[in-house]
Order: sequence, then C-alpha cells, then structure tokens
Amino acid sequence: MASISIEKVTKIYPNGFEAIHELDLDVADGEFMVLVGPSGCGKTTALRMVAGLEDITGGTLRIGDRIVNDVSSKDRDIAMVFQNYALYPHMTVAENIGFALKLRKIPKAEIKKKVEDAAAILGLTEWLDRKPGQLSGGQRQRVAMGRAIVREPSVFLMDEPLSNLDAKLRVQMRAEVARIQRRLNVATLYVTHDQVEAMTMGDRVAVMRAGLLQQCDKPQVLYDHPVNLFVAGFMGSPAMNLFDATLGEGAATALVGSQKLELPSSLHAIRPALKSYANRPVIIGIRPEDLPVAGDEPAAIDEAVYFEGDVELVEALGSELLVHFTTDAHRVEAEGAKDADSEGLSAGALTKGGEGVARVEPRSQLVVGRRVRFRIDPARFHFFDPASGLSITS
Amino acid sequence: MRNRARHGWRRWINGPYIGAALIALFILLPMYWMLASSFKSQSNVGAYPPQYFPVPISTSGYHAAFADGFGGFVVNSLVVACCSTALVLFLGVFAGYALGRLPMRGKYPIMVSLLMISVFPEIAVIAPLYLVMRDIGWLNSYQGLIFPYTAFNLPFAVWILRNYFLGISMSMEESARIDGAGPLRTLVTVVLPQVTPGVFTAGVFTFTACWTEFLMALSFDFGKKTIPVGIASFGSQFTVPYGAYFAASVIAVVPIAILVLVFRKAVVSGLTSGAVKG
Repeated sequence: MASISIEKVTKIYPNGFEAIHELDLDVADGEFMVLVGPSGCGKTTALRMVAGLEDITGGTLRIGDRIVNDVSSKDRDIAMVFQNYALYPHMTVAENIGFALKLRKIPKAEIKKKVEDAAAILGLTEWLDRKPGQLSGGQRQRVAMGRAIVREPSVFLMDEPLSNLDAKLRVQMRAEVARIQRRLNVATLYVTHDQVEAMTMGDRVAVMRAGLLQQCDKPQVLYDHPVNLFVAGFMGSPAMNLFDATLGEGAATALVGSQKLELPSSLHAIRPALKSYANRPVIIGIRPEDLPVAGDEPAAIDEAVYFEGDVELVEALGSELLVHFTTDAHRVEAEGAKDADSEGLSAGALTKGGEGVARVEPRSQLVVGRRVRFRIDPARFHFFDPASGLSITS
Repeated sequence: MRNRARHGWRRWINGPYIGAALIALFILLPMYWMLASSFKSQSNVGAYPPQYFPVPISTSGYHAAFADGFGGFVVNSLVVACCSTALVLFLGVFAGYALGRLPMRGKYPIMVSLLMISVFPEIAVIAPLYLVMRDIGWLNSYQGLIFPYTAFNLPFAVWILRNYFLGISMSMEESARIDGAGPLRTLVTVVLPQVTPGVFTAGVFTFTACWTEFLMALSFDFGKKTIPVGIASFGSQFTVPYGAYFAASVIAVVPIAILVLVFRKAVVSGLTSGAVKG
C-alpha cells in the first residue's frame, strides 16, 4: 500500500496543447480521491499519467516513496479500471481476473484461490466460466473490478468506471465500489465527470477545469465553501443560483434586480471582506435548498432575508419540489454549471432571464404564476467577485 | 400490407426466390458441369446431345490425371501455397499491427505504397523477376515461387489486418500493459485472438491467390509444376484429354472449398462483443 503524490505535474502534448498545468495533488494511503471536472478538463490525462500510459512533461510523480516518472506501467504496482472495462473477450471471467497473476508466474493453484476469493467478494462465483460477451453490463463492470482487486495493488486507478451503467445500477455500484475501496483500504484515484459520484464516493474531491486544479477538499467543504464561481456552479444539482447584484452603502444592502435585500451585520462578521465591495457589483449565490418558502422553513431564522420570485414551473420529485421561479435579476451562467450538450439551452426562447431554482418542502402550497416569497438565512449566501470569479470570504 | 405473410405456393414461388434461384443456377451450373463431366468417359464428355448426368459413371478422367503426374502438382501447389500463406500472415500480422497501432512516422506513405504494389500487374515485373530468379538460381525451386507470392500478396493482407487491429479498443492493450504484459505478449495473447477473423480472411485470400496463380508458376517453375500449370500441360499436340482436365479441376477446388468452410466457422461475428461497452 502506498500514497500518490503529484507535484507540479504538467502535460504538454507534441502539438503544444497544455492539458495539465502544474497539478499538485496528494492521495494519502487508503484515501478515496475523486478527480472531477467537465470533459476536456484534463482529469483523465492526469489519471493516465499516474498509470504510466502518458508521459509526464514536467513535475514529479511519486507512488509511495518512489519517483515513478520514468517507471513503466507494469512496475508501478497499480491496477486500473477502464471506462469501457477493457475485458479480454476471448478469455473467461476467471482467466480475465487471473491474467495479471498468470503474467507474474504465480502458481496455478494460488491463482485459482485468489480469483475465487475476488469473485466471492464481487458475487461473480457462478459466472467464472462465462465469457464477457455473455454477461450484463453490471457484471462486466464487476469483472473489471475483480481484475483490479485480485492483484492487491498499492494504488487503484479508476476512469469513469460507472458511466456505462444505467442510472439505477450506477447508484448501486457507486456504493459497491466505495465499500470495496474501504475494505481493501488502498489509495484510490477515481475520475468522473459526475459531481454526484464525486460527492458521494470521495473522501476528498479535486475539481479540475481546463488543466488547472480549482479546489481540493472534503465534499461537504467543496459544497459549502466553493472557492470560485466554477466550483460553485459545478458542484450541486440543480446548480447554485447565481445573480448579478450591487452592494449598497457599507454593504448593508444588496440590490438583486429590483429587490433590495437587507444584509444583517451578522453576515459581515462571517464575511468581513464584503465591506470592501460596498457600492460595487458582486455575484450573489444561493443554493436551491437554501431557499425555503416563507412559513415552511424548518427552524426559525434570525435576521432572515426575504427574496421573491414568480413561480414558473413546479417539478414534484416526491420527497421535494423543485420550483423554477423568475425574477427581474440577471442570472449569471457559471461555466461549471453548464453541460457541454446543453450549450445555448438557457438562452432559448422558453427560458427567462432571471430564472432560479428552489428545492422546497413537498407539501408547500405553490401555484404557477403566483408570487412566492423565500425566507433566506443570510449565512447561506455566497458572494463572488464578478471580475475574478473568486469567492469573497474572509 | 406489403409485409403480409405469404401463404401456399406464394411462399416459395415469388420474385425474390426466383431471382435468387436464377443467380444460384448461374453460379452453380458450371460447377455442376465440371463435376458431372469429370465422371464421364472421354467419349461422353463432348457428346451431342449433351449428357446431363454421367452414365455410366467413369473414373477414367481421374486415372488419366494422376497418370500424368497430377499428384506431384498437388504437392507442389500445397507446398508453395501453404508456405506463402504462412509467411504472408506472419509478416502481415506484425506489419499490420505496427501500421495500425504503433506511433511511427510515414504510416500514410507506407500504406499508399502497399496499395499501389497490391494492384501492380504481374506481367509488368515478370521479365525482370525472371532474370533475378535465374541469376540467383531459384528457377524450378519452391522458393522461386514462395517469395514472389509472398511479396505480391503481403500488401493486401497488411491492409486487411491493419483495419482489424484498428478496430480493437486501445484500452484493452493498455490494460494488458498495466497487467504486466510486454508488447509481444500483448499482441499474441490479447490482440491476436481478437483478430482471428482478419487473419483467416487474409489467409484464405492469399492461399486462393497462390493456389490459382498461373503466370509466375509457368515462367519460373516449368520443372516443378503447380496445379494450374500442370493441368494446362495435360495432353499433347493432338489430344485434348477433357476428362483429365475436369477431374483435375475438381480436385483442385477441394482445398479451397475446405478453406472456405473453415473460414466461415472462424468468422463468428461478435467475437469481440462484450469486451467493451456495446
């Protein structure tokens, strides 16, 4: 078992494209680190560099105490699960799982035992004689996991291993993978573009964007204290509501569209830097679940701030309602909140400028077209500098 | 309405079936005629009106063919075709893998040159090649045919195999690499089993081409005749032994027929299914 230490690692392709810029990341022994970001952010490249499948242009990569920049994949003592599983179609499940052991010339009886143990952990015992083509997607995924765990590597690398499964199975396997990782207690680097996977599975989550590490922390910290607009928009679904606002004299008020929000002094105590933004534009952010309908909020809020919108659409999810509302404020599109495929969607004729989303109690009485009043705990507000996109914190 | 099920005689006698039957007849009739004629006596082969079924069945054509040394021609053809095919596949697998997978410069010019060579007419090179063969003393030898056949058939095999290699998921090779397999091991144990359809396709094409080649065999190996040259040399100035021609042709078709049957079995589509998501 070992840790992974990535120090100022850079990847520049022969055509001059810089995929990774001075990435610093440490994965402690036994830790589950999730690398998350939109497609093209360099997360898979980073993983492949750790795996030894891509050359490292600059920086130092350590596995354990050993610098492995120039060590070949097979000598790094790693195991990797690929997005498409990469099972060998002409071998049985048992042969697939035992392939790496066979290459290491481990005695047959021992291979058999290890394969059977791994299969037992993964519930594959009755499929050992089948070929991958005869298995379902979830079973193939488990074979890929089996191939990785049977080697007892120092480091696990996983490249979007759940992305080919259907939604329900993905939820099951998410827990399964996390459980296996805890049980084996091996440093794991897990790449995904799905922020839900990142939040639920990782001990820590590293958010990447355009080859740069944005923030690396525990999931809840990332969610509650995003360092910039990108992380704020990327983590959480539905994404954080972000509106242009202007702070008033002494930052005591915020003008969001035509609504003037009174910002209590308690907020300035938490975010003293806010004062320096007096009479200046900021971007104000609020998570959908921090927008309870006035009167429905679970606990009384001291110095609550009220915010209003017109109900445009209500999506009932059973356990909660997603309320799409409109205001006259200008909505800010954070890069991280957008899916590449949804490009231009929010600029469509059906979407109004100041639209926001609130996640409210399932039994809230809301009528489409009526005005709704949200009662907000001011401590839940996020503020960002419109020029740099950085969070205005201390 | 057009898709309604056909009943009664319409089920069997309809446009598509009649069309298919006609095409099959067009292809199979000469084959049948060859087979039937091989079992006719010499006098019945050219009989008028033609004899549709060989009565009485005679094996004189076969006796005549083997009396004329046909057995030796079969051996020559087998040696030359098998060796050439083996060489083509051996070299083609490595060349195809390198051109399909490995990072190397000048892949495109190489592929284009190979394509050009594969469509080059034999007749254009037969004279210089003859001189080369004569000078190195390879006339009337097996290697005098094996090497030219290999050279002429390799480009096509490389193209076929390269395309099959391209179809294999890269992550499978990477996975093998992480598992600890070297390049050769990866090729042999992971990649090659998945391109067997391609290997068989290239093999059957090469074997058939070598088996039926006439011009080079006639020019370089007039002493060690292969089947096509041997059949052409049956008879004499005054006799045309049709029975022997047909009998020899029937025997010559047998290995090809066997190969095609094996080939059909080998190309089980979906061999790669299940390896990656799909």
